[in-house]
Amino acid sequence: MKIHEYQAKEIFRRFGVPTPRGEMVASPEQAREVATKLGTPVVVVKAQIHAGGRGKAGGVKLARSVDEAAQHASKILGMTLVTPQTGPGGRVVKRLLVEEGLDIKRELYLSILVDRAVEAPIIMASTAGGMEIEEVARENPGAILREPIRPAVGLQPYQVRKLVFGLGLGADMVKVATPFLQSLYRAFLDTDASLAEINPLIVTGDGRLIALDAKMTFDDNALDRHKELAALRDLDEEDPLEVEASRYKLNYIKLDGTVGCMVNGAGLAMATMDIIKLAGGSPANFLDVGGGANAEQVKNAFKILTSDPEVKGVFINIFGGILRCDVLASGVVAAARDLNLKLPVVVRMEGTNVEKGREILQESGLAFTVAEGMKDGAEKIVRLAGGAR
Amino acid sequence: MSVLIDERTRVIVQGLTGREGTFHAQQMIAYGTSVVAGVTPGKGGTLHIEVPIFDTVAEAARQTHANASIIFVPPPYAADAVLEALDAELPLVVCITEGIPTLDMVRVAAALRGSRTTLIGPNCPGIISPGKGKMGIMPGQIHKQGNVGVVSRSGTLTYEAVHQLTKLGIGQSTCIGIGGDPIIGTSFLDAIRLFNDDADTHAIVMIGEIGGNAEQQAAEFIKKNVRKPVVGFIAGQTAPPGRRMGHAGAIISGGTGTAKEKYEAMAAAGIHTVQSPADIGQTLAAALTSSSRSPR
Repeated sequence: MKIHEYQAKEIFRRFGVPTPRGEMVASPEQAREVATKLGTPVVVVKAQIHAGGRGKAGGVKLARSVDEAAQHASKILGMTLVTPQTGPGGRVVKRLLVEEGLDIKRELYLSILVDRAVEAPIIMASTAGGMEIEEVARENPGAILREPIRPAVGLQPYQVRKLVFGLGLGADMVKVATPFLQSLYRAFLDTDASLAEINPLIVTGDGRLIALDAKMTFDDNALDRHKELAALRDLDEEDPLEVEASRYKLNYIKLDGTVGCMVNGAGLAMATMDIIKLAGGSPANFLDVGGGANAEQVKNAFKILTSDPEVKGVFINIFGGILRCDVLASGVVAAARDLNLKLPVVVRMEGTNVEKGREILQESGLAFTVAEGMKDGAEKIVRLAGGAR
Repeated sequence: MSVLIDERTRVIVQGLTGREGTFHAQQMIAYGTSVVAGVTPGKGGTLHIEVPIFDTVAEAARQTHANASIIFVPPPYAADAVLEALDAELPLVVCITEGIPTLDMVRVAAALRGSRTTLIGPNCPGIISPGKGKMGIMPGQIHKQGNVGVVSRSGTLTYEAVHQLTKLGIGQSTCIGIGGDPIIGTSFLDAIRLFNDDADTHAIVMIGEIGGNAEQQAAEFIKKNVRKPVVGFIAGQTAPPGRRMGHAGAIISGGTGTAKEKYEAMAAAGIHTVQSPADIGQTLAAALTSSSRSPR
């Protein structure tokens, strides 16, 4: 789960990671108040959306007076920011962060994430502050410092020294960097984060380290033990259909094709998207109804799929195994009747009582097409949904 | 022969008294697997589906001489259940649970290093040696005893591949679902090593998906060490970058972990790559008749 920069900074401060002074605002008047309160010669007005690249898109502005801060705020609020990370639709700005301007001597990159190869948290740092780390990794991978943290041992002083000297910060900065990194690591662990990224991390003229930006992503699997973090979810930042699907505990991701897919199991769901593409069509979504698909889930899934106006047909691919196909088929029929479904539906199912299941579909009088195998199913639905776009 | 599990495997079910645990333990018993004990703290001394229940894994292992454990414990407690099984020094532990927090698995991964336990999963369908035993949630009846080793990050997609093989009359030595999480016990590489060393495994099917580089590491090993035919498929050719496709580990991040790079690594290793998930069985059949890996 992603959160906003201002929320990440609140968490940082709680754990003792220094950030610029500032507050979240939702109106030009509030921006003026906060700028006045900060009292610095320069304040920064930053759009709060869940995407990077805000500066280039015009979502971050410097203001040299409280009037200017209010002007920027009124301009940015309500703006649709389009960045490489938002997609072509962009995101509407509803909140701003107004912060003190600081005397920046150096800009660095710093993050902690779980590295799946070393199976542990790892600190990554580079002197290329402000640059996307993926870009640095492509162009100059040697410029990225990597310090894995042994979970049983924790972050050790020598590791901080390696990073400080590796970044060319000088011996004086060891005593500044040690509490900074320890606090950040503690914040990472205690929130079950999957990423804590500071880009840029700045060194100020007076030798302080400050998180000028802050990004935190949390492990969805751990949110049950962090109710206060789960409450930070911003539904405005997500696709409305995906939000709806998550209410039904369906794993749904909207794509831009025309063939709606309903599949049990994530791997099979991806493979189903792939085979639709191979058959000349384009998948409208990823949808995993779960290993033990039941009638209720099928109905909910139909609701989600059919509320996407792009969907011209639905491909149900269920490899039940233990699941009884007659039960599944009855569920599909009931859901289609209930929702008065008009779209063509191709059903491919495998599992116990598959013959009985096929009979139920065929005798329902509804527009179901029964497929033999994945390939047959994909070809049939692509034809029925009007072929490739 | 087979790998990891056979007729002599004696299984403890952690979480046997729960709904999932009960159902799948019954299925495992029906398949002929020796389920010798269940563990549910506080229910020790009772019987459940005629299986004796113990309070701790150590006690269950001591009294029943079990040599394996399968875990059906809810996500918040699952990592602890794995650690308890490691502590009892069981040679094989299978964790079915989906949704374990990643940092919990970081601790488990650290404990696994230097332990004598092989962990399968978490977030996996388990492991089956057809005709000999199953520790998992896969439908037993779609499998057939034979000589193809199957390793996969997915559940239902593995069933799909196995079903294709069985329909073509091709049996399996062992099928291992390694799980869809970013941090797992047994990797592709570990499983391929086991299959390579198993005299009764004559060919291998590996089913990967986007995210991470475990498939590439396995491909590197196959290129150097494996002479048995290998068929490979990667799910997620059409997956958008930056989105988590159901499995916690299935995500293209920073432009890496794509299906394309995995296919390239597999092709470079002489693996018979399959673009369509419907062609896995046929491709393996063809590879078996030509009886060796394609020349490089």
